Amino acid sequence: MKELRLMKGNEAIAEAAIRAGVDGYFGYPITPQSEVLEYLMLQKPEERTGMVVLQAESEVAAINMVYGGAGAGKMIMTSSSSPGISLKQEGITYIAGAELPCLILNVVRGGPGLGTIQPAQSDYFQSVKGGGHGDYRMIVLAPFSVQEMYDFVETGFDLAFKYRTPVMVLSDGAIGQMMEKVEVGEQKQRLSNEQVKERCPWATTGKDANRERNIITSLDLDPQQQEDFNHHLQAKYKEIEEKEVRFEEIQTEDAEYIFVAYGTSSRICQKSVQLARAKGLKVGLLRPITLFPFPSKRLLELSKQVKGILSVEMSAGQMIEDIKLAVECNIPVEHFGRMGGIIPSPEEVVEALEQKFL
Amino acid sequence: MAENVINKDIVKEENLVYKKTDLLTEKPLSYCPGCGHGTVHRLVMEVVEELEAQDKTVGVAPVGCSVLAYEFMDIDMQQAAHGRAPALATAIKRLFPENYVFTYQGDGDLAAIGTAETIHACNRGENITIIFVNNGIYGMTGGQMAPTTLPGMKSSTSPYGREVHSMGAPMKITELVAELPGTYYVTRQAVHTPAAARKAKKALKKAFENQKLQKGLSFVEIVSNCNSGWKMTPVQANQWMVDNMFPFYPLGDIKVPEE
Amino acid sequence: MAKVKGSIIVDIEKCKGCEVCVPSCPTDVIRLAEDVNGKGYHYAYMENPDNCTGCANCAIVCPDGVITVYRKKVNK
Repeated sequence: MKELRLMKGNEAIAEAAIRAGVDGYFGYPITPQSEVLEYLMLQKPEERTGMVVLQAESEVAAINMVYGGAGAGKMIMTSSSSPGISLKQEGITYIAGAELPCLILNVVRGGPGLGTIQPAQSDYFQSVKGGGHGDYRMIVLAPFSVQEMYDFVETGFDLAFKYRTPVMVLSDGAIGQMMEKVEVGEQKQRLSNEQVKERCPWATTGKDANRERNIITSLDLDPQQQEDFNHHLQAKYKEIEEKEVRFEEIQTEDAEYIFVAYGTSSRICQKSVQLARAKGLKVGLLRPITLFPFPSKRLLELSKQVKGILSVEMSAGQMIEDIKLAVECNIPVEHFGRMGGIIPSPEEVVEALEQKFL
Repeated sequence: MAENVINKDIVKEENLVYKKTDLLTEKPLSYCPGCGHGTVHRLVMEVVEELEAQDKTVGVAPVGCSVLAYEFMDIDMQQAAHGRAPALATAIKRLFPENYVFTYQGDGDLAAIGTAETIHACNRGENITIIFVNNGIYGMTGGQMAPTTLPGMKSSTSPYGREVHSMGAPMKITELVAELPGTYYVTRQAVHTPAAARKAKKALKKAFENQKLQKGLSFVEIVSNCNSGWKMTPVQANQWMVDNMFPFYPLGDIKVPEE
Repeated sequence: MAKVKGSIIVDIEKCKGCEVCVPSCPTDVIRLAEDVNGKGYHYAYMENPDNCTGCANCAIVCPDGVITVYRKKVNK
């Protein structure tokens, strides 16, 4: 039987972590995501599943705990919000360089600097283009509901272990804080140490006589080997781009114009589609669910059908660059966004469409 | 050419009294001639061998001269970002509590960039062993001033000597962590003489064995040399260490468990 | 009276000639060679092999772990 709960996005992802059999969570308080750590502490996951939950001394320490735990082959996650995610970039690039699986939640708030505690989507570049130093990517999942906050824990870990890569859930302050109905899944057993050793033969679980020692590192001082490793990473990202693109389309079949929006913006744009259609405008919505890999192929196809695209983002316009690259200048692409923690209204999105294209 | 004189009467398997442990790999160490790191590596691996713990020991070495420690120790290891080893070790130990987990850190790493990770791992009483090799300088990057550089001591970034008024005084982080309730055993050792190395090994063994007791963190400082950074021969460097480092960083136990 | 006789074997190619073993020897057995090994280091060798008691002090302080020590009781 379905088990339904009314939960905040931040609570849903925490409950999902316990139920998915996650082994460890390491976090540090920051608004608007502190409920993740608070909920976990309240739930006593060490009693429910044996999950390790620890409040670290900083975001830097938390992400490096993730690095250690992930290197040991366990299912490890952390969460933070924009300024804290900036601090975590050091650990994230090491995790990407050492090819370790983990899940990182960013409940985005407005920036730059300390900015605001209100929701924003201004960390798109940081999440999708790398963020830390070096040529690496993360798989980036963009939930648009509390249900997806819940569901993306398992989706994220599946992808993380499949590709041995960090996965980011790029949420925002609105989805983290809002309450919605959530269907929660069954409680899964955490893997035993023996199962961890089987799943991750590369992990630092202790060198037994049957294998060579396992080393987790991102260091290779030999330039040729380092270049070879970079080629290997790029091949992995290419495979991810070919196989793991996820998106949703709403009323694009006959659309002459489409909105492209993710997360909170895509919720607004659903209403904007209705408003525009009521005015007789043939408008649809493409909602990327993965921001890396980006649904570029589908957008290129759509660029042969529609007359224009409006990228709707709670930022100065970041995702628009990927849309423009995708459509290869076939059609005009415009941006509409609000910043500083403001969520656009459905009406102003439609107005922007009319102003820019009609 | 001088060669090994092999007295076949003595050089026999049954007369073997000392041989490099197999837990050190055959790869030649990347350290400068005379550097104490090699000795500490060997002592740590001897301890792991004596505890029969190769299959349940995980080491973490962050950035510094020992960044390539995993090339030399035949155990599972993780390479950490500069200063972050105690954070990695915290998670590794909590997720595999039955394993022995240690960090191997230098003074720049542990007492400067990793101060927060060090102090908080100590304060939480993580059941790990921190091995802290203190030679008063940043060796790998070419001899810059470290938090442990002595007053007046020259380095490439204190070329006229460490001037305490503007550069700060050297930090006795080992005494500092001994004050924290989470540390169980805190000691300062050296490896420059046979007697010192034997004592250091005992301390390291105790620090590993303590992990079974779950009573907190064991912290072993090894005051060591950096003859390249100090611009001396290895033998001179060891003497300089005795004359200058030991008065400021006196050897011996700083915090011992109550019996 | 029983006496101990010792001997060391130096892994010449791995020796870095740091000389730390030389003062550690209580019976003045070790010197650095005039010759150099493949890496150009003046490696350690037994100049006075008859003095060696196999105490292993040299091996314990050797940073590169290149010294293997043997010891045997002999009757005089």
